[in-house]
Amino acid sequence: MLRVIVRRLLQLVVTLMALSALIFIWLRNLPGGPVEALLGERATPERRVLLTKALGYDQPILVQYGKFMQKVVSGDFGNSIRTGDPVTEVLSRAFPATIELAAAAMIIAVGLGVPLGYLAARHRGRILDNLTIAGTLLGISIPIFFLGYLLKDGFTQNIHWFPPSGRLTTGIDNTTVTGFFVLDGLLTREFDVTADALWHLILPAVTLATIPLAVIVRITRASVLDVLNEDYVRTAEAKGLRHRTIRGRHILRNALLPVVTTIGLQTGALLSGAVLTEKVYNWGGLGTLITDSISGGRDYPVLQAIILLAALVFVVVNLLVDLSYAFIDPRVRVR
Amino acid sequence: MSLLDVRDLNVVFQRRGERPFTAVDKVSFTVEPGQTVGLVGESGCGKSVTSLAIMGLLPKRGNKVSGEVLFEGADLLKLRPDDMRDRRGREIGMIFQDPLSSLNPVIPIGVQVAEVLERHQGRDRKQALKEARELLDAVGIPDPERRLTEYPHQISGGMRQRALIAIALACKPRLLIADEPTTALDVTIQAQILTLLKQLVDETGTALIMITHDLGVVAGLCDTVNVLYGGKVVERAERHDLFARARHPYTHGLLSSVPRLDSPRGERLHAIRGSVSDNIPWTEGCAFAPRCDNVVDACLEGPPPLEPTATGGDLRCNNPVQEEVAVP
Repeated sequence: MLRVIVRRLLQLVVTLMALSALIFIWLRNLPGGPVEALLGERATPERRVLLTKALGYDQPILVQYGKFMQKVVSGDFGNSIRTGDPVTEVLSRAFPATIELAAAAMIIAVGLGVPLGYLAARHRGRILDNLTIAGTLLGISIPIFFLGYLLKDGFTQNIHWFPPSGRLTTGIDNTTVTGFFVLDGLLTREFDVTADALWHLILPAVTLATIPLAVIVRITRASVLDVLNEDYVRTAEAKGLRHRTIRGRHILRNALLPVVTTIGLQTGALLSGAVLTEKVYNWGGLGTLITDSISGGRDYPVLQAIILLAALVFVVVNLLVDLSYAFIDPRVRVR
Repeated sequence: MSLLDVRDLNVVFQRRGERPFTAVDKVSFTVEPGQTVGLVGESGCGKSVTSLAIMGLLPKRGNKVSGEVLFEGADLLKLRPDDMRDRRGREIGMIFQDPLSSLNPVIPIGVQVAEVLERHQGRDRKQALKEARELLDAVGIPDPERRLTEYPHQISGGMRQRALIAIALACKPRLLIADEPTTALDVTIQAQILTLLKQLVDETGTALIMITHDLGVVAGLCDTVNVLYGGKVVERAERHDLFARARHPYTHGLLSSVPRLDSPRGERLHAIRGSVSDNIPWTEGCAFAPRCDNVVDACLEGPPPLEPTATGGDLRCNNPVQEEVAVP
């Protein structure tokens, strides 16, 4: 088991190295750039050359990459071109916001998706099943920004059930510990902060959860249907076991294997969905940061760091998924 | 009173928009305490459906079960689902065909045996596992302590079937239903499992319904045999009578199609011609008529009744076989 983890971590390093090179080259080949953005279109060529030199962008790309990697190894991602703040500091503000949003969305998607998928399978071909299938189709096909604006207009314009944007009501005094506001409120016993943060979290989380929710419902349903036909479920029935034992130990335990894999793969969808969701609700996380960094003048250092971080999250989540898979299914434990 | 008295058991599969199909057609038979009864027939004759109907394990939708299944006088078909659930695994145990797929792949063997004790005998996990160890030992699984924590994929096919037998017999049921328990196993293992079953039912006094298409299994195990064809009992006899003098052409055909080592070289193997798909509905005559060598006009005019024979069995045939078949 330890060898598997070590091997996967080594793979992770290689993946991130390759990815960083790709990002580096790709970003520098985009039209426009920080110099144009900072100086504007009518800047004199002399000033451009000066700034390009000052930022180090006149050097060969390999040299630039080497310098970048040198710093990254020591945890320094440089400073934001747009604001001048250290990238690590910018990210440490935005990252927890996105993780909080994504985690909430995943909790909704799994917490609702697994029971719904199970019920749909158990009532296959009946009204509940048909409604669920229709609902998931809608959930998968509705564009996330459209749903975002729909929910926002629906619940914040005329009926003010939820706040339209932000992570906290302005004026609420919160102490930052982890950057996850819901958690911070609990840690510092400022429960009004937790309540307010949750209140702000609901609409964006629901928006972001729709696609993973729909996918998880479908996978769970299909997987439960498969397992229901398995001989060992019939054996469990022949033993006269209680419903809940059969459901938990014999059906779900087996049916959740593909669902766990799906959860890992949906992390990617969640991160990209976060960009749109955060834009709609002005969330101030990585998504907001990424759009601002692209439109606000190709903020190379920030963009590089965000993409690497997102890739890291994706790979780590999938590593955890694989490890938990081995934990759930004894057949993959060997090797 | 018989332990189990199945009366006119009828199972009709009906899917929406499809023609109803009668899988089990007014089947009646009895099982006395401690007796071993065989249900014999080829694939699709309704033997497995009969056993699932007795256990109440048929899918809830798409079928209609009627008749009576009296277990110690109580009609199992009329029980509330939860009451039936209380009896399954405690009073009636069941073993299935494929031991690998019948065990949960992600749960240790020990827990799979223990959970039935926890459910019906009120044991806690620790006590149940202790008894599970003894049960695994009793069904001849070597090193039972270690098997408790192993998973189905880690043990052999024969051991898996032994584990399933341990599960089915854990609560000392009065009736055990074995649905083709040896079909998925190697021939050498088959004999071991049959010997084990025989030994266990003899020791515990458990009655056994043996469902099989293998007449060798019947010969070694059963007291009484019910031969099913097209969802109906066509012949019922004591084992000895059946092998000495099979009256129904179908039973006769089954017996003569068993290959023999002492038959002359190059002799053709006997087979019953046609297949189950040639059957005619019982309402129009004898379902076996299109495949039968002894067919007479009466066979196509209406279903022959099940009538008692001189040897104490029952027979559903207009023109039974007269000659004797050699016992394989």
